[in-house]
Amino acid sequence: MGVGLTNYIVLSAILFGLGIFAIITRKNAILVLMGVELILNSANINFVAFAKFNKLNIEGHIAAIFVIMLAAIEVAVALAIVLNIYQNYKHINVDEIDSLKE
Amino acid sequence: MVEFGNLISNLQSSLNFFLPELVLVITLLTLIVVDLLFRKIRFINAYVSIFGFVVSGLLLLFQTREGVGFLGSFVSDNFSFFFKIIILLTNILIVLMSFESKELIEKGGNLGEFYTFLVGMSFGMFLVTGATNLILIYLAIETMSISSYILSGYTKEIRRASEASLKYVIFGAISSGLMIYGISLLFGQTGTLNLYEIKNFLAINKVDTFPFFVSTMLILAGFAYKISAVPFHFWTPDVYEGAPITITAYLSVASKAAGFAALLRFLKLALSLHTETVDSIWTMVSSIDWTLVIAVLSVLTMTLGNIVALWQNNLKRLLAYSSIAHAGYILMGVAVLNDTGTASVLVYFFMYLLMNIGAFICVMLVSNEIGSEDIKDFEGLGYRSPLIATLFSVLLFSLIGLPPTAGFIAKFYIFAAVLDAGLIWLAVVGVINSVISLYYYVKIMRNMFIRGIDKDKSTIRVAPVNQIIVFILAALTLLFGIYFSPIINWANASASILVWK
Repeated sequence: MGVGLTNYIVLSAILFGLGIFAIITRKNAILVLMGVELILNSANINFVAFAKFNKLNIEGHIAAIFVIMLAAIEVAVALAIVLNIYQNYKHINVDEIDSLKE
Repeated sequence: MVEFGNLISNLQSSLNFFLPELVLVITLLTLIVVDLLFRKIRFINAYVSIFGFVVSGLLLLFQTREGVGFLGSFVSDNFSFFFKIIILLTNILIVLMSFESKELIEKGGNLGEFYTFLVGMSFGMFLVTGATNLILIYLAIETMSISSYILSGYTKEIRRASEASLKYVIFGAISSGLMIYGISLLFGQTGTLNLYEIKNFLAINKVDTFPFFVSTMLILAGFAYKISAVPFHFWTPDVYEGAPITITAYLSVASKAAGFAALLRFLKLALSLHTETVDSIWTMVSSIDWTLVIAVLSVLTMTLGNIVALWQNNLKRLLAYSSIAHAGYILMGVAVLNDTGTASVLVYFFMYLLMNIGAFICVMLVSNEIGSEDIKDFEGLGYRSPLIATLFSVLLFSLIGLPPTAGFIAKFYIFAAVLDAGLIWLAVVGVINSVISLYYYVKIMRNMFIRGIDKDKSTIRVAPVNQIIVFILAALTLLFGIYFSPIINWANASASILVWK
């Protein structure tokens, strides 16, 4: 029995769940961003898997390439911002960066 | 498969109505070079970007507005034209505002990059208003988001600005992640990313309700984040308070407008069957009650925005919650899901542009002088700077929605569209919310005119140019409160979103 579409979807759903879990539980800004990466890559798995099982629809592959590119851009900007936070606060603990009151 | 020759001719014909966007890209590239070569000349980049915006606006006025291009992934129609004009006007006002922003000039260093990102962000917004392909929508939203992350932390030595940009980037990354996951699920169910083809697929085939509901809700989360609707509003108050006030004003109008444009186009193109009659209620394809979903979102958004605004002391934060509340009112116009509702959203945005930017300019001018945005420090402003205080009050009256101001007309059309669609309960909630909002807007006026009369008598000096800009905005809010038919006609003509065969 080969690997079917369901396997891919379950894998991506697990990755998505792990990503959400990381975002909610982690306090370090870098680890939160890693959670975001997991979510983006779970979407990528979906795109490629659906394209594979959908009569060679090229759109899915193109979408995946765009998402990979955007993930790189987003991380570049986010890391620059985190670096700036470190210069101002001397730590990157998301929970303790709360000088703007709720 | 598309043949190569066809592809080239399609590209060439597409470029005809892509000129305004191309001008923005060229402006962006020019700005980078100009910033390197002519650093010494003050505000050179501001002038170049204003020039770019004006040229782009002129091309916009004379282009064909019935075009589908780039293999059906980008359209140019009256609907996107309206939003593009709003975005351009906001851009020009923001550039004018940046000349006087003390925090930007003192802490921003060389302002060259500021305008570069501003132009990049408006390019993203232009794409959002016309995108009809889910991947293009996602890319365009990210283009504007990534510029705005940087802009909100532009004064990087100020702690609260860097905190604002951190919160913005984390919330933004999460919600765009949710959105792309939703898009991938929708792609799996329909086999296409084009909004129009999604609708065609849904009209013929049946999809399971539950996965369809999950995927559309995740996509909606991406839009809700851009328009700062509850429960994706958490970034709004912090970012609005921490970011430079020019960027706060920009985010509250332009990026919200782009978000609403994409939301309306998504609902109309992908999720509703198109009927021949123009003014008809959009028939939605699936069994999900979209009116209810958006109405609930709207009620939550405006109620939370208005109630939390009641005990805010920082004026920027208060205006942030007020802008959440306004997003709720505008969502009422979306919830009715017809062309009348779309027209009322357009009217609202035009009026909102005038009054909200005007209010932010007033706050900026005063806080430049007194060095604080606390409501308490605005006490006695009516005696220290009578003109600015009076104009600020006119703009606040308009934000409340009292006649004879533009805000009243905007709210009136939203409520008319809601009542027309028979959603009486929604209109009642909207009216109650408007009454609540009265309290916190009037609190500002009370502080300006009644409190602190003998505290500090020193007059606040404001440059005449700024007085003229605020005066024009306030005068326009009054003018469009009385003579509103041109805007209404323009909005009605722009309300039908282009649907092609």
